[in-house]
Amino acid sequence: MSDEAWQVVGFTLKTSALSTLLILPFGIAIAWFLARLDWPGKTAVETLVMLPLFVPPVATGLVLLMIFGRHGALGAILHRSFGLEIVFTWRAVVLAGAVMSFPLLVRSAQNGFEGVNRRLEDIARTLGSSEWRVFRTITLPLARRGIVAGAVLAFARAMGEFGATVIVAGMIPRRTTTIALAIYQDVQLGHDSAAWPLLAVSVAIVFAAVYCGQTIARRDRQR
Amino acid sequence: MSLHLQQVRLPLLAFTLEIDATFDFPIVGIFGPSGAGKTSLLELIAGLRWPAAGLVKLDDTILSDASTRRHLPPRVRRIGYVPQDLALFPHLTVRANLEYGHRRPNEEREPFTFPHVIAVMEIESLLERNVTKLSGGEQQRVAFARAILSAPRLLLLDEPMSSLDSRLKQRLVPFLLRIRDEFHIPLIYVTHDAGEITCLCEEVLLMKDGKITGRGLPSELLA
Repeated sequence: MSDEAWQVVGFTLKTSALSTLLILPFGIAIAWFLARLDWPGKTAVETLVMLPLFVPPVATGLVLLMIFGRHGALGAILHRSFGLEIVFTWRAVVLAGAVMSFPLLVRSAQNGFEGVNRRLEDIARTLGSSEWRVFRTITLPLARRGIVAGAVLAFARAMGEFGATVIVAGMIPRRTTTIALAIYQDVQLGHDSAAWPLLAVSVAIVFAAVYCGQTIARRDRQR
Repeated sequence: MSLHLQQVRLPLLAFTLEIDATFDFPIVGIFGPSGAGKTSLLELIAGLRWPAAGLVKLDDTILSDASTRRHLPPRVRRIGYVPQDLALFPHLTVRANLEYGHRRPNEEREPFTFPHVIAVMEIESLLERNVTKLSGGEQQRVAFARAILSAPRLLLLDEPMSSLDSRLKQRLVPFLLRIRDEFHIPLIYVTHDAGEITCLCEEVLLMKDGKITGRGLPSELLA
């Protein structure tokens, strides 16, 4: 494989890891709210969180472009206040991966929280624990397998992200080209032989990640 | 010490819990069939449920006052609760379970020191074990010790021996008596086994459909 191909692999691994880290705190918080609290509009929020799974990825990319473009609602503020450019940079790759993989993390973490025996939390309270300590020492550790499995699945999803990324980040060599974009570009240009090694590496990484996620989830169900 | 429940009402699915009683200790038994509302009553005293009406007082401390909607949270009530399923934290060792709510005594001669409690409950050899690997009787003693170490003013035991055979029950009775004699903790002991009440309690309250239907000496009421 060429140096350029290895650079693409490294870039994809880094942006996918960043996407996963970016959504982890938000995903855990929303999963906990969905698992533990009932409030008006909960179903609407639950549906909204799951939307990226079902809406065409290019449509999601278009929405991100409108929001984070230099004249978009958030993009203009970020540019004016911090001089930050999002679209057509590596940040857009991270953003697209984060948005597209968010539902997988939330759903898995939500299952993890729902599986925690509430009686254990009650007893921790009678033993003098604050709500934060109960969450930190009882709820979170007991839901950890669901959270870890969700994070692994989110990472794998970000690795394979294409539709939203191509719209919001473009295909700029050495700046925004991920494995999925590079494979597409190679095939479009008739360089199939260059695409095969990337495909093999991509399948190997995603297989390992999803396999780990499934194993962790199975262990959680059997606990 | 006495616990006062003044015209307490708590709507449940099948009936409304209605209690107007004063509990004088050291060990008060609550006897009644399954579904009589015994566990709900303990949860109400522990602060895990709030009454819809009435007042709950432990000596001069108001635990719950439905008229002013003031309810002390469980963590500041200092009421130990050992539920039927024991609720040991499965991800922690025996030692970590015991230390979870350990309230350090002000003076070493006070009875709630860690070495003293584990010696009385005879669990010194279990400290580094995983709680899920303990036998039923061992788990029971660890659950008692964990509650005692939180230095409670009152200890609630909800059918703690229901899952044990009669031989193991006989072996656990001395440990329960030690809680009274060594640590001087007042106990409310809930069961639907008349034999347990007779050998442990000075007074028994009979409960049915959420109401107290009688109270007196176990030898008279349960003969």
